[in-house]
Amino acid sequence: MTMKGRRIRVLIAKPGLDGHDRGAKIVARSLRDAGMEVIYSGLRQTPEQIVKASIQEDVDAIGISLLSGAHMHLFSRILELLADEGAEDILIFGGGIIPDQDIPQLKAAGVKEIFQPGTHTDDIVQFLRNHVTPIDSEKGEHSL
Amino acid sequence: MNPSKPAKLPSHQAYLPEDIALDYQSDLGEPGEFPYTRGVYPTMYRGRPWTMRQFAGHGTAEETNRRFRFLLDQGQTGLSVAFDLPTLMGLDSDNPLSVGEVGKCGVAIDSLHDMEALFQGIDLARVSTSMTINAPAAVLLAMYVVVAEKQGLALDRIRGTLQNDILKEYIAQKEWIYPPEPSMRLIVDTIEFCSRHLPQYNSISISGYHIREAGSTAVQELAFTLRDGIEYVEACLLRGMSVDDFAPRLSFFFNSHNNFFEEIAKFRSARRLWARVMKDRFCAKDERSWMCRFHTQTAGCSLTMQQPENNIVRTALQALAAVIGGTNSLHTNALDEAWALPTESSAALALRTQQILAHESGITETVDPIGGSYYVEALTNRVEVASCDYIDRIDAMGGMVAAIERGYPQREVQEASFQQQRQVEKQESIIVGVNQFTEESDVPMETLQIGREVEEGQIKALARLKSKRSTSHVRSVLSNLKRDASSNQNLMPPLIEAVRSEATVGEISEALKDVFGIYQEPLS
Repeated sequence: MTMKGRRIRVLIAKPGLDGHDRGAKIVARSLRDAGMEVIYSGLRQTPEQIVKASIQEDVDAIGISLLSGAHMHLFSRILELLADEGAEDILIFGGGIIPDQDIPQLKAAGVKEIFQPGTHTDDIVQFLRNHVTPIDSEKGEHSL
Repeated sequence: MNPSKPAKLPSHQAYLPEDIALDYQSDLGEPGEFPYTRGVYPTMYRGRPWTMRQFAGHGTAEETNRRFRFLLDQGQTGLSVAFDLPTLMGLDSDNPLSVGEVGKCGVAIDSLHDMEALFQGIDLARVSTSMTINAPAAVLLAMYVVVAEKQGLALDRIRGTLQNDILKEYIAQKEWIYPPEPSMRLIVDTIEFCSRHLPQYNSISISGYHIREAGSTAVQELAFTLRDGIEYVEACLLRGMSVDDFAPRLSFFFNSHNNFFEEIAKFRSARRLWARVMKDRFCAKDERSWMCRFHTQTAGCSLTMQQPENNIVRTALQALAAVIGGTNSLHTNALDEAWALPTESSAALALRTQQILAHESGITETVDPIGGSYYVEALTNRVEVASCDYIDRIDAMGGMVAAIERGYPQREVQEASFQQQRQVEKQESIIVGVNQFTEESDVPMETLQIGREVEEGQIKALARLKSKRSTSHVRSVLSNLKRDASSNQNLMPPLIEAVRSEATVGEISEALKDVFGIYQEPLS
């Protein structure tokens, strides 16, 4: 029997206090246009709310958008909470105003990729296709 | 309603006399005369250049005070305060939601002590101060008033500008606290208080800057901003104020983006349109009520992380457009702002850009040097017509608050922003260093770092403050504030009392949340 591959599910999340959602909304729409299922968290979600939503929605990846300079704290906190929930298989990527010198530390903490200003949305789509294999959590196996 | 496709204004090969149907007196007028298309003052920069006002703030009040003094020493002529995100959201530095954000995007202000430290050694009689604060604007104005009083300055000598524009927060920047109705009441309270006691102070800066940064077109920026202005005027009239008592102190704030002539046209049509609105729609008699006086900032969203030195050139061109367009004050962005907040040297270079324009380029020698250009006059007309069309549509929806509740301006801006991204990705619009003329490796930049010690320091200071001040007095002024918030009293006097009692920004905002509730964004 041929199984249709489940679509990649992504949570686009805005933690922290900044309200600049231009980038988050463009990325959400581009991923949707590329055939992915996208949930947008809305503004000012706490790391706890983001992790809870990602587990409830059974997402494959979380894209975190942050322009406030609080990325070191908020990214780490989200990764910690995911580990507490045993959900380290959810891929984390991010974007916003994040200087080069902070990227190695974020990657060492478990962030798979940081997309800085000027990124082509196709690159984000391709990145997710390359790194995410949607897992059907009910069957516990990779769908084809 | 579906968002409309944001169309680029088409251009002719060349513009001819027949492209500009103009009546000189009624459409342009002399500089300093209705409808002010050519400028709000007869002499403009011949008398005095625009105010050079660089937006600054980071870390603690003491650090920002040092940056302010540095900028004043470098020849800056006005102050402009950037607050951190917790302050913008009415949260104290010790709130769990503030973790990681304290002092990052601006200066952390929790109490009157911080505000006093911010202006330590700066004579408020000699500088005007602009404060970029919206949802808690009335609280920060109360703090500024108390600091000025402590310096011995009479209220009627306080000069400066309060951003105080919540409508563009709902549309674009999204730093709101309360729902529209109580937010509008707070704004009318501040405008009323300023009209009585602070005659030299701009009680609001009706802002298109953030709408443009969120991705709007030039026409959307202008139309939504002026329609926001109409909403504030109507709210003040409903309060029972007469238009000429407050309208002279309404001010505006625009973006200066990349399309040089379209931006100049936008500034010129802003003045003409607002003058017509104030005279015809609101029957204002005082000519100062007709004047659209505005601050401009070059477009932060146009700055690129790639080849950052290119940003110096972009900013210089955008600043030139703002000056040819007749801005009253100007902020020029620093080259490193797609990376982080500016360093001292990048901030100085941004200021130097303005000084070169003012003192070396010769553009200050005559007023409206581009007036009469077939192209610019035709564009000025077109921007005005397209903006009026949006204003009429929002009028038909019942005004801006009603339009915001339907998600209309938000959807329009989002659609425009998405289309722009598409154009860049398809190379229909070129960004040098990003989608053309790219270079393999970029040299790493030195950027400004804000450490965790700022947050730790603020938290300790708050604990000290709370142990020293009179808790019972703070409780009683906050309960008076809540009582007045539930009535229709002007809230500025109880806010000034609250600030004097050393109640914090977070405590005051919390008290008002109890009465006003909090805003929930409509799903779009």
